[in-house]
Amino acid sequence: MSFQEHFIQNFIEDERWRYLWDGLNVTLTVTLFATILGILIGFLVAVVRSTHDRTGRFRVLNAVCQFYLTVIRGTPVVVQLMIIYYVIFGAVDINKVIVAVLAFGINSGAYVAEICRAGIMSIDIGQLEAGRSIGFSYAQTMWYIILPQAFKNVLPALGNEFIVLLKETSVSGYIALQDLTKGGDIIRSRTYDAFYPLIGVALIYLVLVLLFTKLVAMLERRLNQSER
Amino acid sequence: MSDNRLIRAEGVRKSFSGKEVLKGIDLEIRRGEVVVIIGPSGSGKSTFLRCLNLLEVPTGGHIYFNDVDITGRKVDIDLHRQKMGMVFQHFNLFPHMDILRNMTIGPEKLLKKSPEEAEKYAMALLERVGLAERAHAYPSQLSGGQKQRIAIVRALCMQPEVMLFDEPTSALDPEMVGEVLQVMRDLAREHMTMVVVTHEMGFAKEVADRVVFLDEGILMEQNCPEEFFGNPHNERLKSFLGKVL
Repeated sequence: MSFQEHFIQNFIEDERWRYLWDGLNVTLTVTLFATILGILIGFLVAVVRSTHDRTGRFRVLNAVCQFYLTVIRGTPVVVQLMIIYYVIFGAVDINKVIVAVLAFGINSGAYVAEICRAGIMSIDIGQLEAGRSIGFSYAQTMWYIILPQAFKNVLPALGNEFIVLLKETSVSGYIALQDLTKGGDIIRSRTYDAFYPLIGVALIYLVLVLLFTKLVAMLERRLNQSER
Repeated sequence: MSDNRLIRAEGVRKSFSGKEVLKGIDLEIRRGEVVVIIGPSGSGKSTFLRCLNLLEVPTGGHIYFNDVDITGRKVDIDLHRQKMGMVFQHFNLFPHMDILRNMTIGPEKLLKKSPEEAEKYAMALLERVGLAERAHAYPSQLSGGQKQRIAIVRALCMQPEVMLFDEPTSALDPEMVGEVLQVMRDLAREHMTMVVVTHEMGFAKEVADRVVFLDEGILMEQNCPEEFFGNPHNERLKSFLGKVL
């Protein structure tokens, strides 16, 4: 069979490209909302942890956060995904996309937290002292002075986390969620051809990753301009 | 007489992980007075200054500001800090804001001034220190001397009752020290209450109403500059002055 025949058989016949298209939609939806959830969780955990490091406040909350970080970073994301689907929501009928968003969001939050904490701690202590000496409270100093600077420092790392997450969602098939990877796998099972569907899936991931890498770089440049 | 006292430090002690750097310091600062604190490095003079606005929380003793014990538990220190301007050795301007914003954010958010009002006040101050045309520059575009002058007027924007200076010229290139001292001299002439930790003996002689010598966490001697430099009593002060003058 020629390339053209393979291509037609794998992607055109029976509208098989739809598996990839629908899967891509699921992958992007899960990645987007999991990133948002991850940044929310990560941001809060980072504020708690850095406040504890600098002022000694939030002892209990800090311990809770540390437990969360240890568990999430110490176990594989696939296992976390399956535990959330089969154990926590085992008895409930729930949309698998929501399960995936929760699992990947909670997972990503742990990594984002450490990125954000490093970003906050990288801001010179003098900035905190200057803010406090003007009369700002700790929270106001964080909000007006520390976090805007920290955000700029961590933006590249956050963009990278989005890209990592995009690829990590490819294990969604473990809970039978039809994401991009699963879509390619379904085609493979129908056509008994592994090469074309899998290479196709890989190319789509690659293009997405390159696209987002470019976007992050542009955003970074724009943020840098505002300061010089 | 008593309402003339703006700040009163009473037996102020401070320890860092078991090492006592302030061993019970008593000092009064009167309204309109310029007090210069000198001493060898490690004497605790910066720590003492930072205790005055509670950037360092004393481990013992009391600080009274306007007759309120600000070391008390129930005190909202943020409100008192609004009236105590502070200038740091390393300027600590906010790098993500332009000069004008550095100066207006405090008055807008804390004193609830309108943006127009805060800007007008800030521009007038910038005019006075000759930096009005840099209002929209960012800190990274300024020289050290310019940064420190901005740091001073940023603190002044809050219309404080006292200005605390923590070695304001120590991080500057020598040729920029003069411009910063000039701004401080002008402030003193306008009867701003100032507490200055510095190594600039010339400034102390010329501007101070009172000079204080700290060593090993103890206030060793205080006097008017003429007596302090002309007729020191304390042996450690004599040897310190012998080294720096």
